[in-house]
Amino acid sequence: MAEEIRLMKGNEAIGEAAVRAGCRAYFGYPITPQNELTAYMAKHMLAKGRIFIQAESEIAAINMVYGASSTGARAMTSSSSPGVSLKQEGISYLCGADLPAVIVNVARAGPGLGGISPGQGDYFQATRGGGHGDYYTIVLAPKGVQEAADLTYEAFSISEKWRVPVLVLADGLIGQMMEGVVFPEPIDPATLPRKDWAVGHVTEMHRPYNHVTSLNLEPDGLEAANRIRFERYGHIKEELVRYEEIDVDDADIVFVAYGTSARVCHGALEMARAAGMKVGLFRPITLWPFPSARLAGLAERGKRFLCVEMSMGQMVEDVRLAVNGKVPVYFYGRCGGNIPSQEEVFAEVKRLMAL
Amino acid sequence: MELAYKHPKSLKSIQTKYCPGCGHGVIHRIIAEVIDEMGLQNKAIITNPVGCSVWADLYFDFDSVQPAHGRTPAASTGIKRMLPDHLVICYQGDGDLAAIGTAEIIHAANRGEKFTTIFVNNAIYGMTGGQMAPTTLVGQHATTAPEGRDPILAGMGYPIRVCELLATLEGTKYLARGAVNNAVNTRKTKNYIRKAFEAQMRGEGFTMVEILSQCPTNWQMTSLESVEWLEKNMIAFYQLGEIKNTLSAPATAQAH
Repeated sequence: MAEEIRLMKGNEAIGEAAVRAGCRAYFGYPITPQNELTAYMAKHMLAKGRIFIQAESEIAAINMVYGASSTGARAMTSSSSPGVSLKQEGISYLCGADLPAVIVNVARAGPGLGGISPGQGDYFQATRGGGHGDYYTIVLAPKGVQEAADLTYEAFSISEKWRVPVLVLADGLIGQMMEGVVFPEPIDPATLPRKDWAVGHVTEMHRPYNHVTSLNLEPDGLEAANRIRFERYGHIKEELVRYEEIDVDDADIVFVAYGTSARVCHGALEMARAAGMKVGLFRPITLWPFPSARLAGLAERGKRFLCVEMSMGQMVEDVRLAVNGKVPVYFYGRCGGNIPSQEEVFAEVKRLMAL
Repeated sequence: MELAYKHPKSLKSIQTKYCPGCGHGVIHRIIAEVIDEMGLQNKAIITNPVGCSVWADLYFDFDSVQPAHGRTPAASTGIKRMLPDHLVICYQGDGDLAAIGTAEIIHAANRGEKFTTIFVNNAIYGMTGGQMAPTTLVGQHATTAPEGRDPILAGMGYPIRVCELLATLEGTKYLARGAVNNAVNTRKTKNYIRKAFEAQMRGEGFTMVEILSQCPTNWQMTSLESVEWLEKNMIAFYQLGEIKNTLSAPATAQAH
């Protein structure tokens, strides 16, 4: 039977998607603007006899995820920017120990305590590992409530497949707004297979004892472990890259934007097209792996790019790396919790068209 | 003929990296003995902390998880909540538990998490080379307390009695303090560990055994001097015994 369309807040839709994905344990700490997510998980995880803990800190929460994930269970945490900073130590350990996990960042404006309005200033942190050491996490960036639910649901299986944590990078607007959403089929966590790398159930699994650790004091051993992980990253780059394109084919200038700023660019695109300007939109869905090859291909065709972000310019660096100087890459950003209007973005593209 | 002595199955028979006279080896041994006696080798999971005992996963012959420094109780929480019928041992040193991980231990204890913490208190940072620990005694020397721990003028604070601190929390059911500086104390400590593990398997609540342990290398003493120093100085400040025992089931442990 087809699922009905439900009108839900982004934060709650993320929670429902995680419950349906077979998440067995959620650990979180209150922070705006993601509080509805934690409350949703408290209500629905406990009602299903699953684990919900309001942790004493973001640090404790991510390390509870580390413990739960060590047993092979689907586990997640969520937070917003300052709280995600606190989780970085734990994320580094998860990556060093090759543990899956789902981490949701309903981002706000920074730095520091910053503000509670939406922001995209966590791009560097999200796509460059974020903590200490050589590693990446997979980063998925939804543009609305439906996609936030879909990507959160899928994040669990992607994370398990690659044994790499998946970060769902939304922002305060996506977390707070309401849209229609249809959810995928619920998965009963009891039907998910046990993991041969996890701790627990030794007798039933007929395996040697497992040691979940990121420690490796021998330089050659640690280098080898890192190289194996980077080989896996190579496969992820081949298989996982996702993006959406709108009106790119004949476009002279292509917006590059993700999440909320991509929604704004879509509006500006319609204004530009109505005015007869050939403008397109390229929206990365995976921020890591970044769709560099596709952008390079568009650059070969002579497209110019206008990167629009709710920051002082972070993803624009990846766009410039991808096009490697072949075409101009412009930037338009607002920050501090400001969301650019489609009118101001349209004005910017009009100015660039005249250059 | 009855077998009087054997190496525990749950402990590998390999040489450890611990210094001569270190207490970790004895503590590992008695933990492994209790696990064997309870038949829990295949259900045991240890979280080995950052510090000297980060090596514990090399020596214990059962599953292990190595968390970030001080986050051991948070990781143990995640493991035990997923595997409530397993024996989860949260092994921690004094830096891990009483400095960087103070929040994690207090809240895990307060939630009544049903794992057992083995808190090894040697009043010094071992792995990093002899810095002051939260449990360093007043006047005790450390590389970061070169004139001795001075709580007032140098603002170094006072040694923390962790069992007594946690005893006020309703989630804690069994808090005992033993030592491994001699055979009598070691036997008593083993008995505390057995009681704690049994309580954990009954699902009673938070259990912890603090173990006063010697670190001759960083105390800059011979092994013999270190066990005597522990007896004279540490036990005088850190009272041995069951600091809190509100277990509901009758204790079945016997001193072996």
